[in-house]
Amino acid sequence: MGACRRPALPSGESRQAARHRLECPPSPGHHGRSPWSLWHCLQAKPAGRQCYDLLVIGGGSGGLACAKEAAQLGKKVAVVDYVEPSPRGTRWGLGGTCVNVGCIPKKLMHQAALLGGMIRDAPHYGWGVAQAPHSWATLADAVQNHVKSLNWGHRVQLQDRKVKYFNVKASFVDTHTVCGVSKGGEETLLSAEHIVIATGGRPRYPTHIEGALEYGITSDDLFWLKESPGKTRLADVALECAGLLTGLGLDTTVMIRSVPLRAFDQQMASLVTEHMAGHGTRILRGCAPEKVEKLPGQQLRVTWVDLTSDRKDAGTFDTVLWAIGRVPETASLNLEKAGVHTNPVTGKILVDAQEATSVPHIYAIGDVAEGRPELTPTAIMAGRLLAQRLSGRTSDLMDYSSVPTTVFTPLEYGCVGLSEEAAVARHGEEHVEVYHAFYKPLEFTVPQRDASQCYIKMVCLREPPQLVLGLHFLGPNAGEVIQGFALGIKCGASYQQLMRTVGIHPTCAEEVAKLRISKRSGLDPTVTGC
Amino acid sequence: MKPFLRLHRLQRLPWSVVCLALGTQGNTEHHQVSLSFRDAALTPTTGEQGPPTPRCPESLSPHVCLRIFPSCLARSAQRQPLRLLRTEAQGAAAGRVRADAPSAAVSRAFASSRGVDIAGLHAQPSTHLLEEVKELFSSLGVDCNILELDQVDEGASVQEALSEITSQRTVPSVFVNRVHVGGCDHTFQAHQSGLLQQLLQQDPAYDYDLIVIGGGSGGLSCAQEAAVLGRKVMVLDFVVPSPRGTAWGLGGTCVNVGCIPKKLMHQAALLGQALTDSRKFGWEYSQQVRHSWATMTEAIQSHIGSLSWSHRLALREKAVTYVNSYGEFVEHHKVKATNEKGQEALYTAAKFVIATGERPRYLGIPGDREYCVTSDDLFSLPYCPGETLVVGASYVALECAGFLAGLGLEVTVMVRSVLLRGFDQEMAEKVGASMQQLGVHFLRKFVPVEVQQLERGLPGRLKVVAKSTEGTETIEGIYNTVLLAIGRDSCTKKLGLEKIGVNVSEKTGKIPVNDEEQTSVPYVYAVGDVLEGKPQLTPVAVQAGKLLARRLFGGRSEKCDYVNVPTVVFTPLEYGCCGYSEEKAGEVYQAENLNVYHTLFWPLEWTVAGRDNNTCYAKIICNKLDNDRVIGFHVLGPNAGEITQGFAAAMKCGLTKQLLDDTIGIHPTFSWLTETSSEPLRPWVLTKMSSLLREQLPLQKTLLPTRSIPVRGIISDPQDEPPSSGCPLAGRPQDLVAPR
Repeated sequence: MGACRRPALPSGESRQAARHRLECPPSPGHHGRSPWSLWHCLQAKPAGRQCYDLLVIGGGSGGLACAKEAAQLGKKVAVVDYVEPSPRGTRWGLGGTCVNVGCIPKKLMHQAALLGGMIRDAPHYGWGVAQAPHSWATLADAVQNHVKSLNWGHRVQLQDRKVKYFNVKASFVDTHTVCGVSKGGEETLLSAEHIVIATGGRPRYPTHIEGALEYGITSDDLFWLKESPGKTRLADVALECAGLLTGLGLDTTVMIRSVPLRAFDQQMASLVTEHMAGHGTRILRGCAPEKVEKLPGQQLRVTWVDLTSDRKDAGTFDTVLWAIGRVPETASLNLEKAGVHTNPVTGKILVDAQEATSVPHIYAIGDVAEGRPELTPTAIMAGRLLAQRLSGRTSDLMDYSSVPTTVFTPLEYGCVGLSEEAAVARHGEEHVEVYHAFYKPLEFTVPQRDASQCYIKMVCLREPPQLVLGLHFLGPNAGEVIQGFALGIKCGASYQQLMRTVGIHPTCAEEVAKLRISKRSGLDPTVTGC
Repeated sequence: MKPFLRLHRLQRLPWSVVCLALGTQGNTEHHQVSLSFRDAALTPTTGEQGPPTPRCPESLSPHVCLRIFPSCLARSAQRQPLRLLRTEAQGAAAGRVRADAPSAAVSRAFASSRGVDIAGLHAQPSTHLLEEVKELFSSLGVDCNILELDQVDEGASVQEALSEITSQRTVPSVFVNRVHVGGCDHTFQAHQSGLLQQLLQQDPAYDYDLIVIGGGSGGLSCAQEAAVLGRKVMVLDFVVPSPRGTAWGLGGTCVNVGCIPKKLMHQAALLGQALTDSRKFGWEYSQQVRHSWATMTEAIQSHIGSLSWSHRLALREKAVTYVNSYGEFVEHHKVKATNEKGQEALYTAAKFVIATGERPRYLGIPGDREYCVTSDDLFSLPYCPGETLVVGASYVALECAGFLAGLGLEVTVMVRSVLLRGFDQEMAEKVGASMQQLGVHFLRKFVPVEVQQLERGLPGRLKVVAKSTEGTETIEGIYNTVLLAIGRDSCTKKLGLEKIGVNVSEKTGKIPVNDEEQTSVPYVYAVGDVLEGKPQLTPVAVQAGKLLARRLFGGRSEKCDYVNVPTVVFTPLEYGCCGYSEEKAGEVYQAENLNVYHTLFWPLEWTVAGRDNNTCYAKIICNKLDNDRVIGFHVLGPNAGEITQGFAAAMKCGLTKQLLDDTIGIHPTFSWLTETSSEPLRPWVLTKMSSLLREQLPLQKTLLPTRSIPVRGIISDPQDEPPSSGCPLAGRPQDLVAPR
């Protein structure tokens, strides 16, 4: 991006800058604005820059939540958002990863896959329906329409709340000023008392692999494909995508270099993969791709090496999807101009408990911040709390502990708190008690679905009253199940308290309130009876 | 598996110690170990190899003996016919140990079926503890057997075994009548609470320690737990056929004609909905989908059959005597059991548990018993019920109406007054509205007065005459099936309760009990649906039964907690709740002390499916005076059952509004929305709600006076704007611009 030059003199004021000036009168009734900011704005005014109380860079979940909250509390706010097209040319609207290429389309496609399973169940329950083919185009159309409506919804909300929205690519000029460049190359100078960076991340490409960039796609593209991806090979951990593609009836292969779901409880992770392998997803573990070539007639040929035996192998696929992690979007921000420090390894922005970066009035929230869980609701809550703190409404800090999360694999995996490994590492094996159960959801009985991976595990301290450290649930509707228990854990639930909770019969969640067998006892944890 | 390793270690011990220890610990461990022991017992051993044959089973009381070798009795009859079959008289001599048994001291100390046994150490530092316990018992005038573990052979392994199984690592370890009381402190506590005296007084002069009348969820859990605790237990269960002739096996209402078949039929109906949705999600099938009632009921009945069978198996494995007979009291401590063929038998027991549950009520109008069915019949109905009239507005009525409509049948619900009496009425009306959307017709304020058969057949045709509850108007309707779901009556009438003086509420026919499930006759207890004023839910009965057995026989004192019991109505749109309804909360805490937060939500899955966006609803009721503690939680939406469970656990842990706000949601599930959206500091989160309320406010006010407090706050807020809480609530632009 070209460097932003400070417009020189009032006399040289461009027409556009003049219009901006008219649009940007000194806003009355903005409490809490520091003397600096008034001075700065007055100084800056003739130069044609626009000034705000708060400037948010990045219109994803966290950024929008922060902007809307601040506007609600009477601040003058602007949001800058720009989607760099993916290498395959996919682009989308306002709302960030979650809305456009993350949670929302993923969950909807996951639902489509689940519906496929239900169609298979239906004949057992008396419905006269044969297995149906699936139309990717119909689904993609429906999902994309919904996403577009959400994009529009976000625009409307910003407008309603008088948050100024710029579809420009931002980079820092100095600690209080950002230059935005639009698609057409027009530049805008924006300055603000506080700046929040919420640019999130984008999928990583394995640039060292030949053909990866040219022929592979990422999750940025998958949900916007108009045509079915066909036979798909997914690199590394991409279990959610693999699960839903398999569920839609596609031939899907996942290649995993080391362990699946690295950050999660490994027993649960292996049950997840076991379930997927049992339901048609081909899983190649300990393999690393070497190159991707295009065959005549659209198909792709992938060569990989088995890391244990060093043997090479190859296969032909329609689509190769990379899901090997995400890189934070910090490169084009010119952070060094503002003096914002990043972690040289991850590229993420270093933040403190107040979400402040190395520059006190510049903040970072969401996926771009170092050491934060990459989850939409965390970003939203962090954004809101930040806005409230900036407006003096609260001094509450964001609590990043006990954040519940769910992996929407075909058999959903929900968890909150510590994994068994982490609990043992923190408290020592002799102080940790793990209660667990293999259960069978009632709905699985009639269609005789395999329930051998439906599993619950509660990690507790061993000393009474046995504080609950973590809860892991693998089964249908895991997200809905884990949410309430996350609240309980937040309230400092003990194992004994949870066991005193009466179950709701017959649900899967009641099994959590019935966990009696500890791993230490060595007894069979299979739940029998009703 | 680990128990076998442990078994190996136990085998080196005298039998009696093992049995005693097993019998004292109320956990499932016992079951597996005893099974493996059983096999060991049946393996004749010669020489040094293999597990040793138990050395002195004769030294055990008959109860323990039967319990350890339950189901092998029959199977082993050919092989070792006499070894284990012993009479009661012989059993009475239990407590004496064969003199030639090795380590007789250990056995003598621990094989007594009655009395006090204490394991302790002669050496310091625990001597004084042992002395204190001894003094306590001598002050009660009770002798005790004392085993000083450091003074006998194998003492170390005895201690190891005992500590492993009782999970008490310290000595002294006190047993009263084979019940493990605990260490010194526990013993004194038990003495203070009167438990010790109770344990000492137990009388062995009856056939059984416990007879449970009724083999439903509560009865079975109580019986099994008591058996695990080493007691001799009998279950009497007999299903009187319904007027239409439907009968079923062991397991009670839940398994046979309640939760299980209901949830499965609910699932069938949900699958129907899923089929409709799935087209929008890209699944292509063109043919007209029909539903086969027969296929569904067969599948469900076969599952029920397997459950019923597994219940019988569980009883047998735990050595609970199961008799398929109708039990009624004839005199104190004695019941008469009558089987299908009219054969009678008499049994006595020290304690009784009544768990007979309830059966559907009939209207008492011409034609009801002849032509109408109830939930007892519906789940095994061999033919599709066709066009159905459901009479009643209980949760049973609405659930049945819901799944029948979901299966594509024409359903009408005739309601005398309110829906879901006892539940939050705002939620109840919303449940009704959601069913109406699904095509269920409601006839409000009518009661049937006559049912006539127009045509025989499967199903036939019935004419129902109904009259208005408010005027003289009568209406007629023709249906294939009439399902009565107007309530349930307790099965307490023909139990002979009057003969022994158990109080029964005249009005409800239910049995009033104290907080320990004890009836007016001290040795008779009751659990489950027959209890007066307690929630009628399977898990409650199971919990109550289990805890009752532990209190009676396990030396525990924990009582069943009937507060904050979550429950779910499996209507097509599920309704889950926990804690107080708004009405009840208003009565208990006064309306002005409550904050009610609420929201409508639109599950993400419903967006693409194009389903309605203002049906799903959640609210929480908080007590302002107690730190805004959540005292009521209500949610109407898909999977409400799964959602409510965790919230119930959180409420048990003292959930407050503040904590609710601080907790991060899971995205995108809708249990997340229910919490982030009810935030007083951010009233605009509720906008969709408040703009909706603005239109309905008069209605809301008249219906729910308590609502006015939070609502006024929201509506007077000048910042009233569309929702911002992220994606799923955002909705389509047109919704934002012009909310309903």
